[in-house]
Amino acid sequence: MTASVLSAQNIWKSFDRRDVLKGVDLDLAAHEVVAMIGASGSGKSTLLRCLNLLERIDDGRIILDGEDISDPRVKVDAVRARFGVVFQSYNLFPHLSVLSNVTIALRAVHGMSRRDADDEGMRLLGRIGLADKAHEHPDRLSGGQQQRAAIVRAIASKPAVLLLDEITSALDPELVGEVLALVRQLGDEGTTILMATHEMAFARDVADRVLFLDGGVIVEQGPPVQLFDAPQQERTRDFLRRFTE
Amino acid sequence: MSDDLREARRPSEIELGRRDFRRRQTGRSVAIAVVSTIVFAVIVWITIINTPGWSAVQQSFFDPATWAKAWPRVFWGFLLNIRVLLVAAAGVAVFGTLLAALRTLRGPVFFPLRALAAGYTDLFRGLPLIIVLYLVGFGIPGLRLSDARVPAEVWGTVALILTYSAYVSEVIRAGIEAVHPSQVLAARALGLSRGRTLRLVVLPQAIRKVTPALMNDFISMQKDVGLVSVLGAIDAVRAAQIETATAFDFTPYVLAGVLFVVLALPMIRLTDWYSARLRRREQMGGVL
Repeated sequence: MTASVLSAQNIWKSFDRRDVLKGVDLDLAAHEVVAMIGASGSGKSTLLRCLNLLERIDDGRIILDGEDISDPRVKVDAVRARFGVVFQSYNLFPHLSVLSNVTIALRAVHGMSRRDADDEGMRLLGRIGLADKAHEHPDRLSGGQQQRAAIVRAIASKPAVLLLDEITSALDPELVGEVLALVRQLGDEGTTILMATHEMAFARDVADRVLFLDGGVIVEQGPPVQLFDAPQQERTRDFLRRFTE
Repeated sequence: MSDDLREARRPSEIELGRRDFRRRQTGRSVAIAVVSTIVFAVIVWITIINTPGWSAVQQSFFDPATWAKAWPRVFWGFLLNIRVLLVAAAGVAVFGTLLAALRTLRGPVFFPLRALAAGYTDLFRGLPLIIVLYLVGFGIPGLRLSDARVPAEVWGTVALILTYSAYVSEVIRAGIEAVHPSQVLAARALGLSRGRTLRLVVLPQAIRKVTPALMNDFISMQKDVGLVSVLGAIDAVRAAQIETATAFDFTPYVLAGVLFVVLALPMIRLTDWYSARLRRREQMGGVL
C-alpha cells in the first residue's frame, strides 16, 4: 500500500450532545477512490465536513500529507484549499459566471492572475464540454451541467483529496450518468477521492474500497466485491437488503 | 424554429372566442379608467379654482415673474444639494456596509464590536434627522477642534451619513442574512477567508436581494438633503427662503419643490421598474 494522503484517527463529533461520529478511523492512499455508504444520519456528511475542517472535531487526529491539520495552530483556510469539495446541492455562486465560479479560488486563494486563471478555467470547462457556457450564469445550466461545473470548480486548484457529498442525490435520474462519468474519469486519472453516495452500482464499479457507516462507526470495509457480495456483518447485510428490495 | 411553427398553427375556435372576449374586456376596462380619471381631475380642478381664496393663492404660490427671478439662485442652491447627495450616498454606501458587516460577525471575540454597531443603529434610527443635524452642525464646531471654519454643508453631509448609514446597514444586514448558508459553506470549502467570503460571495448576492429597498432609501435621502438648509448652507431650500423674503411670495418654494421632484422621478421610476422585474422573475409562469 502506498503512503496515505489522508489519515483520520479516532474521530469523534457530537451535535447537541448527540454523538454523530464515535471514533472513526480512516486511511486514504494516494490515487485511491473510496466510497462511503450508509443510511441518512449515519455520519457520512459529518465525517466529510470534519475532514476538511468545516466542522471542528471533538476528539481524534486528522493527518494530511504528514501534517496534523487538527492542530489548532494550522491555517484553516490554507488547509481547506487543499481539499476539493462538491456538495449535494451544487452550491455554485449564482451571481458569478460559470467561468468565475471555476476560477474564484485560483484567483482569490492561490493568487493566480486573471488571465492565467481564465485560461485554466476554460481548459477545464472545455474538458467537460461546457466551454460554450463559460460566460453564462449557473441558473442557465441543467442540474447535471451545474454539478459538473461544481466538480471542475473543486478540482481547479489541484486538491490533494476530492470529497464528494452525495453529489447525485439532487439530480433528475437522467442527469446522474453524466456526473458519474466525470467522477469515474477523475478516478481513472489518479485523483484521490472520498465520496458519500447512495449509488450502489456506481460505488461497486468505480471504488477501490467501500466503507459502510452506521451509527457513527465504520461497521465494515473492503473491496466492493467483498462488501457487496459477501458482507461479513449483520448490519451491513441488513442495509444492503433494504437497498436491493 | 418552434416560434415559426407556432405562428403557422391557427388557434381553435374556442381559443379565438376567448381572445376576442378578453380583448373586449380590456377595452372596456381601459375606457372606464380613462373616463373616471378625467372626471375626477376636472372635479378637483373646478373645486380648487372656485374657492374664494384661489386668486390670492395663485399669485403667492404660482407667480411666473417670481419664478423667473428666483430661478438662478434656487438652481445654484440646488446644485449644492446634488453635491451633498452624491457625497452622502457614497459615504452611506461605505459606512452602512461596514456596520452591516460588523453586526454579522460571529463569536464571543467580536461581542464589543457587534454591540457597538447594534447600539449605533438603534440610536440613529431612533433619533430624528433634524436633531442629528443640529447636534453635529452646531455641536462639533463648538468643540473648536481646529480654527479653520468648516462649511455648514459639510456638517450636513456628515449628519446625513450618520443617520442614513443606520438605516442602510439594517437593509444590507437583512440581505446578508437572506443569502443561503450553503453559499458560505461552499466559499469556505474553497479556502476563501472569512473576509473574502463576505466580499466576493455574500455581499454581492445580499445587495442584489435588497436593491429595491436600498433605492427607496436613496430616494428618501434625495429629499432629505434639503434639510442641510437648517444649518445655514445656501442650498435650494435656503435660497428659496431668501427669495421668498424679498418677493413676499412663496413661489420660490414651489420652484425648489419642483426641482426636487424632477431629481427624484428617474430614480422612482427606475425603482418601480426594477422591483417589478424582480417580482416577474420570482413568479415566472404564474398569472396571479
